[in-house]
Amino acid sequence: MKNIYFPLKKEKDLEKLKVGDYVLISGKILTARDAAHKKLIDDIKKGKSIPLNIKNALIYYTGPSPAPPGKIVGSIGPTTSERMDNLTIPLLKLGLKATMGKGERSEKIVKSCKIFKAVYFITYGGCGAYLNQFVKGIKLLCFEELGPEGIYELEVINFPAIVGIDIYGNNFYKFR
Amino acid sequence: MRKIYSDEIVEKLSETIIEINYKLPKEIKNCIKTAYMNETEKYSKKYLDIILKNIEIAEKKRIPICQDTGLTIVFVEIGMDIKIEKGKYKNLEEIINKGVEIGSKKGFLRNSIVSAIERKNTGSNTPCVIHFLLNDSNKLKFTIIAKGFGSENKSRIKMLKPSEGKKGIENFIIETVKKAGSFPCPPLFIGVGIGGSFEKAAILSKYALSRIGKEDSKYRNWEKEIIFKINKLKIGPSGFGGNITALDLKIETYPTHIAGLPVAVNLCCWAHRIGSFEI
Repeated sequence: MKNIYFPLKKEKDLEKLKVGDYVLISGKILTARDAAHKKLIDDIKKGKSIPLNIKNALIYYTGPSPAPPGKIVGSIGPTTSERMDNLTIPLLKLGLKATMGKGERSEKIVKSCKIFKAVYFITYGGCGAYLNQFVKGIKLLCFEELGPEGIYELEVINFPAIVGIDIYGNNFYKFR
Repeated sequence: MRKIYSDEIVEKLSETIIEINYKLPKEIKNCIKTAYMNETEKYSKKYLDIILKNIEIAEKKRIPICQDTGLTIVFVEIGMDIKIEKGKYKNLEEIINKGVEIGSKKGFLRNSIVSAIERKNTGSNTPCVIHFLLNDSNKLKFTIIAKGFGSENKSRIKMLKPSEGKKGIENFIIETVKKAGSFPCPPLFIGVGIGGSFEKAAILSKYALSRIGKEDSKYRNWEKEIIFKINKLKIGPSGFGGNITALDLKIETYPTHIAGLPVAVNLCCWAHRIGSFEI
């Protein structure tokens, strides 16, 4: 089990991670899924700056269910990462260092992880109630109008995942 | 002629849509427990263990099993000897949508429904998809599925040539699961609709999902053979490899045209959230 903090303090922190490693993620991570990605990419295409800082950040592909009274957040498991495959590279170019979701990613994402020295984490699909325990805070950052698809900052402690793609260009799904 | 009142339908539907999102039926849970026992791949076994913990936490701490609380699918079987007192509602469709809307709010379910092109959230988690069926009882029977879209996205339909027969059907089912790979949150429940027309096969495949864990069909042996072949793909839980890719598979058929053999394969993640009630 390896521990990792986001946003990264130094790029070197990712060097120790290899595909198949179990990791515990702590710190502050961002959420974004289909609609938020589309907005960010539209901004980038237009040459505008995006409304948040993604340098050294981790984006978790999720759209949580609403928080019941007395809870920080509702169910908060991963969505299928593949749908973001065509929307990820421009964000890696801006310094994004990690993504997290469920399922395989395309070959071009594997290659890009190597080029941009970024990683992809797999977490447990359908296990939003279990993963809820590791989320200690949530704050809306932008795109409120997208409801559950808005971008939130999550405070997480020991959030469990598996290294799916490492900075050396290894792919967990092919590796095994 | 039995009278059935709209308020009762709304109330029962809203309770059911909440309940199914927090608690899996026993037969679904048992399939997952058996998978855990039979899985030998270590990453996959650990995932199945976390799935079982997730199910327990969802039930005890009242957090939805999955944040994708689904597109609500409703099968309504309408007895010929009933009269629905619609009250303030326009029709049965509106009554059903109201039940799901109220349940979604009360149960803190995610509003996942948007207009198809504009992608504007309806804000009510409705409309749901409703299939009306008729029978000769004096009851109204509802079967509700909260259908996750990770698996829905990987479902497929094909118009086979009649000469392709059972072999062609099998190949199409297995190819669908193989192409879906890690994406639909395996291990999977699989509904197969065979026959009818283009749309009938698709509806049958969803209906087949609603029959998982219920009484055996006359194709049970064939279903088991297909499950065996799917498991030989070694996709495994979450695509991590291993013995268990399919938890169960159900076939529903309907007579079709001499020129055709429609086949629809509806995939469902392990979190098959389903419930039913009758009034």
